[in-house]
Amino acid sequence: MHQLSEPVTSSPWTVPAPWRVTSRRRESADTVTLELEPPPGETFAFRPGQFNMLGAFGTGQVPISISGDPAAGGPVLHTIRDVGMATHALCALEPGDRVGVRGPYGTWWPLEEAEGADVMIIAGGIGLPPVRPAVYHLLAHRDRYQRVVLLYGARTPADLLFTDELADWRSRFDLDVQVTVDTAAGGWRGDVGVVPDLIATTRFDPETATAFMVGPEIMMRFTVRALRSAGVPDDRIFLSMERNMQCAVAMCGHCQLGPFLVCRDGPVFCHRQVARWLSLREV
Amino acid sequence: MTLEPLLREHPFLKGLEPEYLTLLAGCATNVRFGEGSFLFREGGPADRCYLIREGKVALEIAAAGRGSIIVQTLAAGDVAGFSWLLEPHRWQFDGRAVEPVRAFALDGICLRGKCADDTRLGFELTQLFARLAIQRLQATRLQLLDVYGNASASAV
Repeated sequence: MHQLSEPVTSSPWTVPAPWRVTSRRRESADTVTLELEPPPGETFAFRPGQFNMLGAFGTGQVPISISGDPAAGGPVLHTIRDVGMATHALCALEPGDRVGVRGPYGTWWPLEEAEGADVMIIAGGIGLPPVRPAVYHLLAHRDRYQRVVLLYGARTPADLLFTDELADWRSRFDLDVQVTVDTAAGGWRGDVGVVPDLIATTRFDPETATAFMVGPEIMMRFTVRALRSAGVPDDRIFLSMERNMQCAVAMCGHCQLGPFLVCRDGPVFCHRQVARWLSLREV
Repeated sequence: MTLEPLLREHPFLKGLEPEYLTLLAGCATNVRFGEGSFLFREGGPADRCYLIREGKVALEIAAAGRGSIIVQTLAAGDVAGFSWLLEPHRWQFDGRAVEPVRAFALDGICLRGKCADDTRLGFELTQLFARLAIQRLQATRLQLLDVYGNASASAV
């Protein structure tokens, strides 16, 4: 069985290394997954929840969560949504192209602390890629956990990511997968509704469950309320924050959240740590 | 045989006093809908509400040139139908069984009559439906915010 590896990279804090794109897969109209290979001789390992800084040369760098299996070895997966100049350039890369990579950075999901109890993975929109490595880990060590639940919401059925994998996961008896969309045409046979409403209909033990959550802050705010209402305490709710990370090395201050710098102290935070800062309009 | 013991198990009626469950059981029948059939159609008389026991119901609206659009799906434990409560007692959406559905149908005219006879029952039921309406309103607001849309998108 694989254990979680310590994050490894030859130069996490300095110049981006030129990695090679080995594969590009379109996940939806605006989202692609790139498989990236480190330069020859370089090793790379990460923990679920960590991110790399990626940059197509000449367009700046952006933080992108690592979306592959931390135990798989081989190329490193990043799933990127085309929302601006830098991400547009990344999404346009083709196999054989080079991309600047530095990392891994940031904190990770406390998967080992969650052992022995229920785990809820909650993702909205482009929030699924940052939790996918955690799902791989949970499935690879399934006997260490009780009930494992994945709740995933997207805008429409066409915006759902990793649909083949979701179908595989749904067919498993040891993983409860619930997918919902905000709106759908009449032919859709799945759920239409919002992620927070799934909490009330999901079977889990709030006395012991740990929740890992990524998505738009508004979605997470309402989902935290639903989890707390169900009896899950703040110190077992973990969320991954996105706050304008630019340098990733705690130098520029753009990602400040109260006393925290998200790139250094996050992106994965315990809700108890950040609750008061999330509720401040000025932050 | 009365449906009262089964009604008591439905999450929507959890906590309702036994005397009121007895009254509601007098308005309740067991119903089934096959996949693809309609529980109700927009504009039709809203003379029932449905407490879903099994299956999935899509609330949808037909739009010219776009076919039908699903605005929400309801599953076991949910309630389909507020329109019996307030005039003009007409359905606002279509309710279609996406999967085979088993439900309790509560007769709206019967319910309104019992609520008029017993205002405490009326108050209790109104509270239950108001709570549900607020939950649905909050969900609708979240959907309207389009939190996964481009305007609020991040790349990660």
